[in-house]
Amino acid sequence: MNILSKWLREYLPALDVDDRQLAEDLTLRGIAVEGVHELPDGGHLFEMDITTNRVDAMNHYGVAREAAAIYGLPLLTLEDWRVANVEAGPVPVPDDDLSVGEYSLPRGHTLSGLSDANKKVAPSQADAAGHSVRIEAEDLCGRFTARVVRSVTVEASTGLVAERFAALGQKSISNAVDATNYNWMAMGHPTHVFDLDTLQGGIVVRRAHAGEMLRLLDGSTKLLTIDDLVIADERKALGLAGIMGGWDSRVTEATKNILVEAAWFSPTAIRASSRRHGLHTDASHRYERGADLGACASANQLVTRALEVSCGGVADAAFTDVTVAAWEKKTRQRPRVTLRVRYTQEFLGTTIEIGESGNVLPEDKIEQYLEALGCHLRPSVDGARFEVNLPSWRLDLEREIDLVEEIARVYGYNRFADTLPSFSGGVTALPFAAADAKVREVLLALGYTEALGSTFAGEADSALFAQKAAVAMGNPLSAEAGVLRPSLLPGVVGMVEQNSARDVREVRLFEVGNVFSGSTETVAEEPSLALAAFGGGVKTRTIAAADALFFEVKGAVEEVLGRFVTPALLWSGADLPAWVEPGRGARVSAGGVVLAVVGELSIAEREERKLREDAVFAEVYLPALFACPLQQPSAVEPSRFQAVERDLSFLFSDAVRWADVVAAVRGLGIAEMISLEPVEIYRDAKGKSVAAGEYSLLFRMVFQSGERTLTEQELGGWQESVVGALTGIGGRHRAPEAA
Amino acid sequence: MSYELPSNIDFSSPESVSKALADLQAAFADEVQAAHSADAREHFRVRWFGDKAGLVNRGAGAWIKAIPSAEKREFGAKFNAVKVRLTEEFQAAGAARSSATMAASLDLTLPGTRRGVGVEHPLTRTMREMVAVFAALGYSVALGPEVETDFFNFEALNFPPNHPARDTQDTLVIADQSSRPSRERLLMRTHTSPVQIRSMIAGPPPLRLVIPGKVHRNDESDATHSPIFHQVEGLCVDRGITFSDLKGTLDHAMKAFFGSSVKTRFFPSFFPFTEPSADVQISCPFCGGAGCRKCKHSGWIELLGCGMVDPAVFAAVDARRVENGLEPAYDVSGISGFAFGMGVERIAMMKYGVGDIGQFYSGDMRFLQQFA
Ligand SMILES: [Zn+2]
Repeated sequence: MNILSKWLREYLPALDVDDRQLAEDLTLRGIAVEGVHELPDGGHLFEMDITTNRVDAMNHYGVAREAAAIYGLPLLTLEDWRVANVEAGPVPVPDDDLSVGEYSLPRGHTLSGLSDANKKVAPSQADAAGHSVRIEAEDLCGRFTARVVRSVTVEASTGLVAERFAALGQKSISNAVDATNYNWMAMGHPTHVFDLDTLQGGIVVRRAHAGEMLRLLDGSTKLLTIDDLVIADERKALGLAGIMGGWDSRVTEATKNILVEAAWFSPTAIRASSRRHGLHTDASHRYERGADLGACASANQLVTRALEVSCGGVADAAFTDVTVAAWEKKTRQRPRVTLRVRYTQEFLGTTIEIGESGNVLPEDKIEQYLEALGCHLRPSVDGARFEVNLPSWRLDLEREIDLVEEIARVYGYNRFADTLPSFSGGVTALPFAAADAKVREVLLALGYTEALGSTFAGEADSALFAQKAAVAMGNPLSAEAGVLRPSLLPGVVGMVEQNSARDVREVRLFEVGNVFSGSTETVAEEPSLALAAFGGGVKTRTIAAADALFFEVKGAVEEVLGRFVTPALLWSGADLPAWVEPGRGARVSAGGVVLAVVGELSIAEREERKLREDAVFAEVYLPALFACPLQQPSAVEPSRFQAVERDLSFLFSDAVRWADVVAAVRGLGIAEMISLEPVEIYRDAKGKSVAAGEYSLLFRMVFQSGERTLTEQELGGWQESVVGALTGIGGRHRAPEAA
Repeated sequence: MSYELPSNIDFSSPESVSKALADLQAAFADEVQAAHSADAREHFRVRWFGDKAGLVNRGAGAWIKAIPSAEKREFGAKFNAVKVRLTEEFQAAGAARSSATMAASLDLTLPGTRRGVGVEHPLTRTMREMVAVFAALGYSVALGPEVETDFFNFEALNFPPNHPARDTQDTLVIADQSSRPSRERLLMRTHTSPVQIRSMIAGPPPLRLVIPGKVHRNDESDATHSPIFHQVEGLCVDRGITFSDLKGTLDHAMKAFFGSSVKTRFFPSFFPFTEPSADVQISCPFCGGAGCRKCKHSGWIELLGCGMVDPAVFAAVDARRVENGLEPAYDVSGISGFAFGMGVERIAMMKYGVGDIGQFYSGDMRFLQQFA
């Protein structure tokens, strides 16, 4: 929304700060001026950014009222402004006395008094020409005013209206339609003009009939429901109330006589209708956030007068004004709000300036600001509180706290001091904070970089990578994001795919994040950890190049799991998920609980995703892992006696696994054997030095005692028994000279 | 081999001594250039660095003997420095030219080998740093689910059903919710604020919470918007918490995070769950307020939304506490509080100069490894 500073100043003749200062002061009070642009006439165009709760301030008069409150200046009534600026005599006012303002309520004029004066609260009325107005849908329409302007000449706008439209970038349509838009920008109440001669009989504000069709001003035709509110004549709907006028009754260059409408509609009704038809207009924006029921007559008169001035028309004396009492009560006659002075001061806290009341907000400011914003305050006898009448254009004000905010806002937030509260509570840590930190620490140290991925996944990927059913989204961002991710794997596999496509040859990533399962009725959400390794595996003396990446990831998973106190880990190659290449993965369980899955991506998936290197992935189920306590380090005194290494070389059939070797050797129960590690595994493809179906294993044992130096005799004995045990499982000891 | 140690030095004249040293170094530089082959280098080494006959050692011996004793110490130090420099030059020349010597000594110009280090995600890092600032002020970390009910995400935060305020937070919803009561409908939380509600329902004041987390909105992606993003939010509730306490706390936190010279200023704003509400700007920590690209030349950067907890929020919390069989604990006649929140991506983008928000979620190694 844009504001012309010169127009704004018409409402505030006493304003003497310059435009830039005005813009800054408004911004600091929440009426944000985002841009100030100099205009040829010496004034400025303000680009406004006003929060959605302040629809009352999205027009020149509304911003002027804010400035009046900030500077403590008098604000012209709209009628006085009209007389001074639209350059014509007083418009005949058959109804409420506009100069004392339904719209701009003067001090001391109570709302209840005004209500008494407003004797025209009635369900229907007829004007002199027989155009009756009837509000049938009283639950959706609060007020409807109408007036006829005759003998108009509809043509292009000229003069001030044309100039201001140009400056504001507002599209000019015709002098008649522009009059409504000009008034909209002036005071923010939507009005509508009908071609009177297209109407048949009186006006009725009613719900649409089911199946009723209506062609709108934008040329579209809408199929209406009984939840839509329409302005209709005897025959048919003329316009979609509060949203857009109709095509058939629109004002054209041929129009001679005009009916001016200014009305008030229920916010929820307009919002629902506007959403149903996908129509968001200036009018619907205002109505759905709350227009000013008290401004209808004023808006109607201002537009009527503008039509007289710009289209050369003559207004009928009769003015029709129908108000629904229930809505009157909810808007203009809302209950008074009690504002406690000390509570206000204490809640807002310390101010920078020190006044008579100390460094809290001065009491006289409270009264001054609220009055300037259109409230009326009546102090209690003891002065401890005010009874506050609320202005009809501020439906956002309802409670004491709303008034406290207004006071702080107009005073200026930055005039409050920076204080720190004292605190009596303690700090509590999340249950898994330490476990989560440990997992991250280990993975970062192992060279895995942290990634964050999408919360969503495609259905096919989810089915492939997760065993649990995925929960569908109702309005997915895209087809590939149709479900909540049931696993982190689709995300990290996608990342590897992207890296590969960008010629990144080596990837080590991990992600910690929530995964989802269950149903659309109840969604289960739990943390998970995924690892991704792509390319760059390094073969060792015990691990072949083709297996290197798997064992690297196995090592990382072992390192992570090893930080927790778990039952013995079991790596099982049975029953692998579909994404794992058969024979090239494992489920890792402890005490019957699966903690992780590790595997090479299947060849089919690798080809599908055009991965140029090996890719190994793992998912660690954190709830199961975090159920195990973290390892608590405790020190053991290192032995002071010498450690002795002994290497042995054996030939085994492929059927003998490392675990079999360990079991056989450990089965000897040699307490002094502190370490047993494979050093080299060798297979000969040609079957020469090692026969086909066999491999040679060089392994290393380390012996050490905490109490004494080991003797050659002991060592020899142990070695002999190890050879015996391994021979027992089919191994053939290779003498050193043969090795 | 024209250079020989001069015998005509006037040791009482500093100029004369300096010239002798300069001549020595110049001659060295000439000859070392010429010593290409292994033989030549060995010859050169003996001529210059030989134990007794080498020019360097002979020079040292002869000149120090000749120099007046008062100046011996100073000259000795000077000569030693020259000797060190010449030794280094000789080795450097050898490393660059002589393959024979290279085999034995290290090529110090080769890059060191290392295991790649893993890098924490820049968003995790930003959240961790922000949380640490509030932890130091006595705030505890609280977390909550990413799939929320309408009640926790909207209703309890004073977004009534069908209220225009909901338009500002376009929501991703779980399928098949339309038949359920409005408050039970499942959706992706649009902010971390539901954790405030959950925490207050779970326990009475005083509360001081800092809440990092992932949130979702049904927004189009562009360079600065992502439907998935992160927030860090805070909540402080106790007796007698004031608006000036909110100001002071955030001013302190911004100084702790961005540096003590940072200033804050508060503007009225609107959030359904706070009143009064404010937007907070900080003076640009990158240019000190003078104006730069990061602050769009304004000297200020908008960073936080905040406000005093709206009484309607406390009322919703107490109503749910009673439903759950708990005592009401958030009576506004005694209790007040403030809440604040900030976008993590925005801060990280600004801090690290990230141009496209989508990179945070790309898993691109080339992008992520820059944050080591
Ligand atoms: Zn800057």
